[in-house]
Amino acid sequence: MSTATRPTEPSVAPPAGGPIVRVTVPQRSLRSELRAIKVVWQRELIRFANNRLRIVTSLVQPLLFLFVLGSGLQRLASAGTHGVSLRTFLFPGILCISVMFIAMFQAASFVWDREFGFLREMMVAPVRRSSIVIGKCLGGATVASSQGVIVLALAGVVNVPYNPVLIVGVLALQLLLAFTITAFGVMIAVRIREMQSFMGVMQMIVTPLFFISGALFPPSGLPGWLTVLNRLDPMSYAVDPMRRLVFNHLDISPLARRALDPGITWWGWHVPAGVEVAVVAVLGLAMLGVAIWQFSTTE
Amino acid sequence: MISGDGKATDAIAVRGLTKTFDEVQAVKGVDFEVAPGEVFGFLGPNGAGKTTTINMLCTLAKPTSGSATVAGHDVVKERDNVRRNIGLVFQDPTLDNYLTATQNLKLHAELYGVRSDLVKPRMDQVLHMVGLWDRRDTKTMTFSGGMRRRLEIARGLMHSPRVLFLDEPTIGLDPQTRRSIWTYIRQLKEQEEITIFMTTHYMDEAEWCDRIAIMDHGQIVALDRPETLKAEVGKDRVTIHTDDDDAAIASIEERFGIEARMAEGAVAFGVPAGEEFVPRLFAELDMPIRSVSVSRPTLDDVFMSYTGTTIRDAEDDHAKHRNRVMMQVMSGMRR
Repeated sequence: MSTATRPTEPSVAPPAGGPIVRVTVPQRSLRSELRAIKVVWQRELIRFANNRLRIVTSLVQPLLFLFVLGSGLQRLASAGTHGVSLRTFLFPGILCISVMFIAMFQAASFVWDREFGFLREMMVAPVRRSSIVIGKCLGGATVASSQGVIVLALAGVVNVPYNPVLIVGVLALQLLLAFTITAFGVMIAVRIREMQSFMGVMQMIVTPLFFISGALFPPSGLPGWLTVLNRLDPMSYAVDPMRRLVFNHLDISPLARRALDPGITWWGWHVPAGVEVAVVAVLGLAMLGVAIWQFSTTE
Repeated sequence: MISGDGKATDAIAVRGLTKTFDEVQAVKGVDFEVAPGEVFGFLGPNGAGKTTTINMLCTLAKPTSGSATVAGHDVVKERDNVRRNIGLVFQDPTLDNYLTATQNLKLHAELYGVRSDLVKPRMDQVLHMVGLWDRRDTKTMTFSGGMRRRLEIARGLMHSPRVLFLDEPTIGLDPQTRRSIWTYIRQLKEQEEITIFMTTHYMDEAEWCDRIAIMDHGQIVALDRPETLKAEVGKDRVTIHTDDDDAAIASIEERFGIEARMAEGAVAFGVPAGEEFVPRLFAELDMPIRSVSVSRPTLDDVFMSYTGTTIRDAEDDHAKHRNRVMMQVMSGMRR
């Protein structure tokens, strides 16, 4: 990396004055790849920060679930919640969906980038395709979880304490979930070139995953078919540790805890939170891998 | 780092390059070299294979056969080295319109790994060069088509490429903006040590180039300096409007032994001394002539003399062909 400035001929002095600034593009290295990842990531943040309307609109859905569904069904549900407010019960699930849907939209930006041509600008740069995909996924994850922070700020309203351990844990889980969903979305977006088809496919997949995940109900005592689906749904393994984390910091009776936070079991074995988190992480990385592979093999 | 098969002195060297899509051969074996510092124009109607060729040179498409080196690097084997040394301005816009001009340029510099302390000075320079310094902190969505194109040229220059590719840099712009873009390109050539490879289908623009290659149906049909190509045609172009064009063509052939053709709705033909021929034309052609014009050979005539059609008519043909194929496909689907 060296620069060579050459004297300009007097007749063609550049408008800015001074000599021509000549830059050189270095050989590809780990450092340049990291820089590329960083700038792709940064772009997502800049675009998000510029779009205040979206910050507001994407809050509508989680708030509807939390306050309208939570308050509306309170009376019906009160028999089974052992004195815990339904809104409190729903809170961990809402922390998950608030990032899920935004992560999905973040992945959609990949399709927009292709449609508006910007993807080409990135594709002809002397960087690996993987750096672009990784930057996109990390950017999507960051944006989605920053939205999650806003929902997390409502904890007090639904009687969840502002405990530092809880906050850090929730953020970490949100980041992980957002990353996995973005990776999934980008994996789809690499192949689907039309915005409408992409949103259709995403909705077709993400909405059922969300409903089945147990974000809105405890994952025990379900009918057999739903239990099977719930255990197969990767999202369940993000919702469950989130709920466990929040309930660890609630002051409620053991009976209520057992009823509302039964945990996920595999053939009677109580799956530990660590395994659940690993399931989500491995899946996210696997989908990132597929996305990179597919993106690298397209011309 | 110079690869074995490309001459170190050439900015671009192309040998027997072909590209086949499914069963359509878009580029049918082209050869040419571009010297460092040259402004080289690729001229031809839409669908002639210009963009496909540029895509292969920019490493965006793999050649079916043949080879090419750009800035001394093989476009297939040393893709990254080619990319480090080229700047690109695509036919379709590729700016992020939600970012400001500066943000777009910075992003590019980061992607290309430009040394951090040089990003700002270089950015200021290219912004001045294309006259967008005053608008640098405005989001590009508010830019006009011409401003966007200028910013894209500035962005293509951010990393001081050795070869700048411009694919139809002035397409869809009004004449005034086109002229200003050309002023920037000429200015750029004086200021930077750079080779410019561009495609266009505007004949008048090709005259700005040092050399041009005329492409038609995937092949290069002529390649030389614009003046040389025009001199080779040698004849002035006479265009007449009559009430019965077919009869006029037949009559011109019969009386003067000159082959005339329909071009853009008028009868056109070439003669060595146009002005002196016109009085004879009026005297000897036994039909009324509504208007007549004589012009010195232009690149349009060059194109016509090599391909037998004007560039605009060639495009209409391509469009008709496309429509025909579409109709066949659609009627096939119905059946």
